[in-house]
Amino acid sequence: MPKWFTPAAILCGLMFVISPVLIARAPDESSMGMVYKIYYYHMPSAWMFLLAPLVCGVSSALFLARGRAEDDRRAWSAAELTVLFGVITLVTGPLWARRSWGTWWIWDARITASLVGWMIAWSYLIVRKYGGPGSDKLASGLAIFGMANVPFIYISVNFWRTIHPATTVVPKLPVDMSWRLWFCVTMFTLLYVLLLRLRVHLEQQRARVDALYVALEA
Amino acid sequence: MTLFRRVVLLVMLAFTSPAVPAFVSAQQPTEQQGQFVPAESLPQREQMPAAPLLISAYAFVMLVLFAYVISLSRRIGAVKADIGRLESDMKRGNRS
Repeated sequence: MPKWFTPAAILCGLMFVISPVLIARAPDESSMGMVYKIYYYHMPSAWMFLLAPLVCGVSSALFLARGRAEDDRRAWSAAELTVLFGVITLVTGPLWARRSWGTWWIWDARITASLVGWMIAWSYLIVRKYGGPGSDKLASGLAIFGMANVPFIYISVNFWRTIHPATTVVPKLPVDMSWRLWFCVTMFTLLYVLLLRLRVHLEQQRARVDALYVALEA
Repeated sequence: MTLFRRVVLLVMLAFTSPAVPAFVSAQQPTEQQGQFVPAESLPQREQMPAAPLLISAYAFVMLVLFAYVISLSRRIGAVKADIGRLESDMKRGNRS
């Protein structure tokens, strides 16, 4: 593992310990009360849920173009993180919505597209696990579709009628709320980078096992 | 009364029922938020029902992340054990 990994992991752990205290001291929102505080974890995890399929799609496109195993390993790792951050986003969102909208779920463009993106990431992992020979390239195609879904998820709240907060919420946040949000965004980005590095490391070790088996057979 | 007339009557009844406006208004989404405004002070009774949802959300995030990190470290541990075993097999093979 690289030298920066351990200090970054300690820093990330400390940020996760501090963040609930910072969030508890944040002011309540006028129309939603304290339940809006789910936002401080929901929004950064949703951003990672958008970043992960982008990394997965770009790495898959590079793998299809260049055929380098390193790109494929990064794509596979990013697909797993898409599922991870997707489940966080898709569970914390309804918990917030239940109190502020009066319903767990609405089939609006953003939430439906997010669910579709999450299912594309699952299908990538299923194809990789059970697809047999050639599944790496088949899954890469799926990853490119997953990446194409990302801009649609992001802009959908500005184009279609929905009660989901618009993208203008973040730039208009008061200072008391915004610095706490950016703290959580930094924390989740750091966590994403660490988990991606760790997951890629797992794939590298698996490749080493395969190479050792080949060497033993020879 | 024919079947057609019964269906027409049922449809008319359904649309003139007092429950319909309430149902339709329940389906109308409230206005989309474009800005969050901090509240000066909220009554305690409004804060209470939100607490279980808020705590559940944070507990869920921590639990999922913890489970994923544990799963990842276990998988890495298993692969490293495989590497150790294979390398020792190779060394034994080279000696013999």
